[in-house]
Amino acid sequence: MRRDKQESQSQFNRRTFMLGAGGVGVFAAIGSQLYNLQILNEDQYRVLSDNNQFSFRIQLPTRGRILDRFGETVAENRDSYRIYIVREQAGDPVLALDRLSRFMPLGEARRERVLRELARTPRFQPVTVAEGVDWETFSRVNLHLPELPGVMPDVGEVRTYPMPAAFAHVAGYVQSAPPEIAGNDPLLRHPAFRVGRTGVEISRDEELRGSAGSLKVEVNAFGRVIRELPEQSRPAEPGRDVTLTIDAASQRFATERLAGQSASAVAMDVRTGEILALASTPSFDPNLFVLGIPSREFRDLNENPYRPLFNKAINGLYAPASTVKGMISLAALRHGVMRPGERVNCRGSVRLGDRTFHCWRREGHGAVNMHDAIKVSCDTYFYEVASRLGIERIRETALELGMGQLFDIGIPMLSQAGGLFPSPQWKRARTGQGWTMGDTYNVGIGQGAVLSSPLQLAVMTARLATGRAVEPTLYARPVAPEFPRLDYDPAHIEAIHNAHVGVVHEPGGTSYWSLGGLGVDGVRMAGKTGTSQVYSISAEERARGVRSQDDLPWRLRNHGLFICYAPAEEPRYAVAVIVEHGGGGARSAAQPARDILRDLIIRDPSGRAGRIAARHDPIQLAQGGR
Amino acid sequence: MPVFTQPVPRDLRGKLFEVNWAFVLLIVLTGSVGILMLYSVAGGAWDPWAIRHATRFGAGLAVMLVVAMVPPRVWMALAYPAYLGALFLLVMVELFGVTAMGAQRWIDLGPIRMQPSEIMKIALVLALARYYHDLPPENVSRPGGMIIPLMMIVAPFLLIAKQPDLGTAVLTGATGAVMVFLAGLSWKIILPGIIASGAGGLMFLRYGLEEYQRARVLTFLNPENDPLGAGYHIMQSKIALGSGGLTGKGYMQGTQAHLNFLPEKQTDFIFTMLGEEFGLVGGLAVLTLYALILGHCLITAMSCRSVFLRLVTMGVTTTFALYVFINTAMVMGLVPVVGVPLPMISYGGSVMFTVLIGLGLILGAHIHRAAEPPKGAGLFG
Repeated sequence: MRRDKQESQSQFNRRTFMLGAGGVGVFAAIGSQLYNLQILNEDQYRVLSDNNQFSFRIQLPTRGRILDRFGETVAENRDSYRIYIVREQAGDPVLALDRLSRFMPLGEARRERVLRELARTPRFQPVTVAEGVDWETFSRVNLHLPELPGVMPDVGEVRTYPMPAAFAHVAGYVQSAPPEIAGNDPLLRHPAFRVGRTGVEISRDEELRGSAGSLKVEVNAFGRVIRELPEQSRPAEPGRDVTLTIDAASQRFATERLAGQSASAVAMDVRTGEILALASTPSFDPNLFVLGIPSREFRDLNENPYRPLFNKAINGLYAPASTVKGMISLAALRHGVMRPGERVNCRGSVRLGDRTFHCWRREGHGAVNMHDAIKVSCDTYFYEVASRLGIERIRETALELGMGQLFDIGIPMLSQAGGLFPSPQWKRARTGQGWTMGDTYNVGIGQGAVLSSPLQLAVMTARLATGRAVEPTLYARPVAPEFPRLDYDPAHIEAIHNAHVGVVHEPGGTSYWSLGGLGVDGVRMAGKTGTSQVYSISAEERARGVRSQDDLPWRLRNHGLFICYAPAEEPRYAVAVIVEHGGGGARSAAQPARDILRDLIIRDPSGRAGRIAARHDPIQLAQGGR
Repeated sequence: MPVFTQPVPRDLRGKLFEVNWAFVLLIVLTGSVGILMLYSVAGGAWDPWAIRHATRFGAGLAVMLVVAMVPPRVWMALAYPAYLGALFLLVMVELFGVTAMGAQRWIDLGPIRMQPSEIMKIALVLALARYYHDLPPENVSRPGGMIIPLMMIVAPFLLIAKQPDLGTAVLTGATGAVMVFLAGLSWKIILPGIIASGAGGLMFLRYGLEEYQRARVLTFLNPENDPLGAGYHIMQSKIALGSGGLTGKGYMQGTQAHLNFLPEKQTDFIFTMLGEEFGLVGGLAVLTLYALILGHCLITAMSCRSVFLRLVTMGVTTTFALYVFINTAMVMGLVPVVGVPLPMISYGGSVMFTVLIGLGLILGAHIHRAAEPPKGAGLFG
């Protein structure tokens, strides 16, 4: 019995010892796994832990401003007041919105949207109630914040255009990036981020945009931000400002001067090619596009016959009409087909085969030399000049002066904005028919297939004024350019210049009675009218009593054109204006163009600003046009 | 071989003198680690866990000392009634139990909500110890001596597994098996038994598991496949431990725990939090505490004169060791996620009392190690 007991005891002890050894083994296994996790793989798990703990929130860069040549703000960012609501603190969202509606208007549709969004976002994440809230409402909500649990006011940045109408087409606007552009870029996908969609905003988008920063935040397992770690964050790099050559005062003046018309104006410094004004009317408010334009308003803009969304100054194409007569004359002098004093007798029309080509003056101009032909804009003279030159030689000079060329001034343009200066090859390719003398006649007075934009007319004017191959630009060039001299006899350039001065300053000039000069003491100007035919009144209509342009509906009336530059003695500024369906150039386009030019001369944005302005009263808007 | 020359102390003073105070100190240290960690779980607050844990632990220590004072013959007398009572309660839970977290584990007795499976852990140990105490050693490996222990183990195992609480069921069954082994079951029966139960276990894994249990096993085998689903707990626990490194992120600085990436950190995953905040040093320190406690238990078991006390001690020790092993192995991804707390550190009252009563029995075994209660005696026999 005792032996038995001792045997059983030692067996128990053996087996207990076995279990103890097993326990030591298990402890060793657990300890080694702990070592494996915490020492051997610490780095890997440290990374995973940091990935859990930290997250990066994108920091939006401040978009660069767009400035005019004097630093006046064309596009900037202003604080946008937003009201958010956070369900976690708000309690019952319906009651929270009821409370909020005592201090700000909350429509039924908005309430529904907010409630819907609240229902599907995490409890702690803010939902936008309103964006772009006015200061008064915003401060009222802020004042009553203690009574509004869960309501969170916030200030963000939104693009704003302080001179909306004047710069809508040049500056363009920004919008949320559409999905096809945004792709997977977290910056572009950010709901508060905007990218340039038109104008300077898109063509200089990369510089203006800047680069996003990141804010390191600590988050918990539910994604809620516990704290921010600014010292471990990379701040956003703000975009660079873009300075335009545009003079905001001229731009505003031009826009206002053309208001109410479907028109456009381009003003240039003829020495530097810097564009000082690029106006297209009617305009629109680009601010509407930034937060998303209501579709109804967009439709109204899009369907307006005056085409407010279209930048006519660079994309509008018109027959240049009589504005090309100086250029045609220059070609004639270069090739010696017409001596300056040689006269052509204008009897009001000329026959070519079985067709009759009319001069705009039915009763004719009598015998006119080149100077007078430009001054009075005699069509018959230019039929003759054109027939002597032939289309190829006309075209050569036209291209040298900028016709048919696409000028990249640094904002998006339609591909066809280079206009058209026809050639026999072009006509054959287009219509399959051969070039005729009638076609040459039409080109000689800037009609037929010839198409040019206001920008091109301004370039042509600048080139005629300087005799140099001026190139237009919207951005100041780092070095003042020395444009190459055009291959024309300066005496010939001088002759054309004198004729253009005569248009305004000599009795009989097409703009003598309507303008009579620049309106600035001691400064003379040069100019040329143009009337671009849209519709020719048929004999039948004439019989019905449709006698003049004024009897036609607006859309069939002629376009009015005017190109000019000043001072005549030392050309500095060139202006081209086209008033769509404005009637004859002398009537509709000349006065606004002269006023824009006069404004430039007075304020002299290219010289020392305000030098002449001090001696003149603020300019009064000429009558008409509004 | 211990020599039982010392008499069994009979008065309270003598018993208190015999208490293994080093053992008590280890237990107090372990419980304090629990209070420390639960204070951190609450983000540096006594509420809601640390203060209640401390209170319960204090009360549990008192119960432990009282249990230690009770003479072994009382436990022997209570063994069978306690076992039958616990079995009855398990049946009651099956019929009327409160469902919590998808399992019926609790029985509501007015003010007290209790888990009968916790009572059964102690009761089974006592009952088996008593049975083998009474059984002549030569009968241990005979059919007559095997059938009753087998039934005593299988009945609660099945009832607990059906709740379903597989973790506790396995724990209870394994404890019983270890006691049968220590009672002296012949290797000729043990080896075929291991093979048979291994095959049965495989069959069970294949066909007997609840869906969530099978998912846990599969997840355990490949946690990285499903980082946000069922493998989430294991992944996050491993990340927390691993990122703790050698010395940890600092007390109350555990990002995984405090940012809620770590699940159930006040209960089953408290060791992970400890490892995250105190690193390998802290983790090994706690494992050492447990190892020392278990070492004391083994020495106590071998120093006991009676079969009853030896088996009671080893039964409790086995349960305790399994708690520690399963919990720590689980949070490190060595075994599947099963709801087993870390004794005296995890928050939770029921388990804490079971463990401290069990340790009280071991403490008592040490005091009464020279006692040799007669076989087959009743409470007053």
